[in-house]
Amino acid sequence: MSPLTTTQILRETLAAELRRDPAVFLMGEDIGAYGGSFGVTRGLIDEFGATRIRNTPISEPGFVGAAIGAAVAGARPVVEIMFMDFITLAVDQLVNMAAKLAYVYNQSCPLVIRTPMGGGRGYGATHSQCLERLFFGVPGIRIVAPATGADASALLQSAIRDPNPVLLLEHKLLYPLRWELDAVPTPPVPLGQARIARRGSDLTVIAWSWCAFEAERAAAQLAAEEIEAEVIDLRSLNPLDIETLAASARKTRRVLIVEEGPRTGGIAAEIGSQLHERVFGDLEFPVQRLAMPDCPVPSARSLEAAVMPGAEVIAAAARDLATRV
Amino acid sequence: MFDPTQAYDRMLLIRRFEEAVEKLFSEGRIMGTAHTCIGQEATAVGVAAALQPQDALTSTHRGHGHFLARGADPGRLMAELFGRATGYSRGRGGSQMMMEPALGFYGTNGITGASVAFAAGLALQAQLAGTDRVVVAFFGDGASSQGVIHESLNLAALWKLPLIAVCESNGYAMSTPASCGVSVDSVATRAVAYGITGATVDGNDPRAVHDAIAALADRGRKGGGPALLECRTYRLSGHSRGDRREYRTRDEEQAAWRQEPLTRIEQALTAAGTLDAAALERHRAAAERRVAEAIAFAEASPMPDEDTVAEGVFA
Repeated sequence: MSPLTTTQILRETLAAELRRDPAVFLMGEDIGAYGGSFGVTRGLIDEFGATRIRNTPISEPGFVGAAIGAAVAGARPVVEIMFMDFITLAVDQLVNMAAKLAYVYNQSCPLVIRTPMGGGRGYGATHSQCLERLFFGVPGIRIVAPATGADASALLQSAIRDPNPVLLLEHKLLYPLRWELDAVPTPPVPLGQARIARRGSDLTVIAWSWCAFEAERAAAQLAAEEIEAEVIDLRSLNPLDIETLAASARKTRRVLIVEEGPRTGGIAAEIGSQLHERVFGDLEFPVQRLAMPDCPVPSARSLEAAVMPGAEVIAAAARDLATRV
Repeated sequence: MFDPTQAYDRMLLIRRFEEAVEKLFSEGRIMGTAHTCIGQEATAVGVAAALQPQDALTSTHRGHGHFLARGADPGRLMAELFGRATGYSRGRGGSQMMMEPALGFYGTNGITGASVAFAAGLALQAQLAGTDRVVVAFFGDGASSQGVIHESLNLAALWKLPLIAVCESNGYAMSTPASCGVSVDSVATRAVAYGITGATVDGNDPRAVHDAIAALADRGRKGGGPALLECRTYRLSGHSRGDRREYRTRDEEQAAWRQEPLTRIEQALTAAGTLDAAALERHRAAAERRVAEAIAFAEASPMPDEDTVAEGVFA
């Protein structure tokens, strides 16, 4: 088949899941005729109607809370939060209700929150954030972040079929990328399995979402310099595949973690700490982090580019770590 | 049909249960926190009496009464307060986190107002699945200031969900009187903002509450959409244990005690000749016995297993 964009892959996968399971329905702002802010749901209303492709008013706490209630009662809602920044409005419902249902009440909550995230589009500080860190330390919420077209389909299916609340992070810069796939939907992958995107022996680069895509590009550059980076795409932050990360760290003995988000209090810090607990004695240098400065995401193209951890800066940081003596 | 004797028994059970909870706290036999609903029993019982088995209910931080009215086992409820393995949440939830879908009871809730959105979702699923379930969401006059309630009622009105939002106006948001927290005289008047039915009833009269809910539920089942019912009552208990009630006068409380629902229904039952003084004593003794049994059950129940404390975070 001809290459499809990530957006098309997500759309076709949603359509397949809607056809497969009548309990699945979509809910979010402007997901109907408009097709969602980034066009992921465009056209779905024609096949599935306004009941299952449910436009909502601008009420994140209201419709996320309603989705949780519907999920507990037997539905499988897939909610779109137009920009991840807006998920802050629904944090109460997710943290205080959805995340507690299994542990306290022994109830399943098969809810998916899809949300476009990240910078690179010049949208400014309230439309560009990666806020998965707000949920990373909250037990009870799955977090998945595809970096490829195949995984966008695979993880979306796994998320919809999981009995727990799952945040599916869709990076805006990945939407227009095209992927050669044999078929869509792709086979689902279990949540919690990292993907070794590239084998290497000189250092390990750990990333997720757009940064994982950029890390692969950086690794290709480095290969021309005879630096072999092993790139691990987390795919899932919760559960975290720490075994795969630790095994790679033991092998390469040098680890760089890349995060689109402020350096302080980030997910890279937690992963680094877990690796130090497990493989400290095998490492030649402490785990290194490449993250954004501790400032909001600025809007000017030049300023935003200066804070985004793209392939060039990943390559530079990886080169520095790989060649350190 | 409203059965006043049955309503009386449920109200008695709730009153004795809540009195016992306050005593158990003062004696240090249970820990943590709980919000009792003394004075508000008629609202809980009137609502529950009007619902069908397939209907659903969401509650608040002050939820023991709602849960008991819906048919909770007092022993398992008490066991949860005692932190025992036999409690409704196996000791993991406490007073503000108990749920029993088998009873159509979708949770006490420690986040003020949050359960109205959850209730809207239950109502949405009832509509999607084509059932005739009606959902009642309790909240208080304090919670009425939460934005999520506005959002949920707007959603429910747009989608014609079978949701009845019941505001228990008990006069206080913890210590803040409604006159300082609610911009209107009656929360029910806000129904106009959503284009839905709003009504106010005497929340200390279980029959009035029952009749109002029965009519709204019937309407909801027929696709008539959501409604907002305000039940006017008074929280005779403090907000939670340790509340010295310095924000209101004893005179005000004494006036409220003269209107309290249990005395009123006892007077109504004797005036109607349904129960005489001796019968009232028998009913009171029965309620006391059930609460004593609940405490005994809770105290005899095993503690939860500490070795599995971190398990079950995911379904």
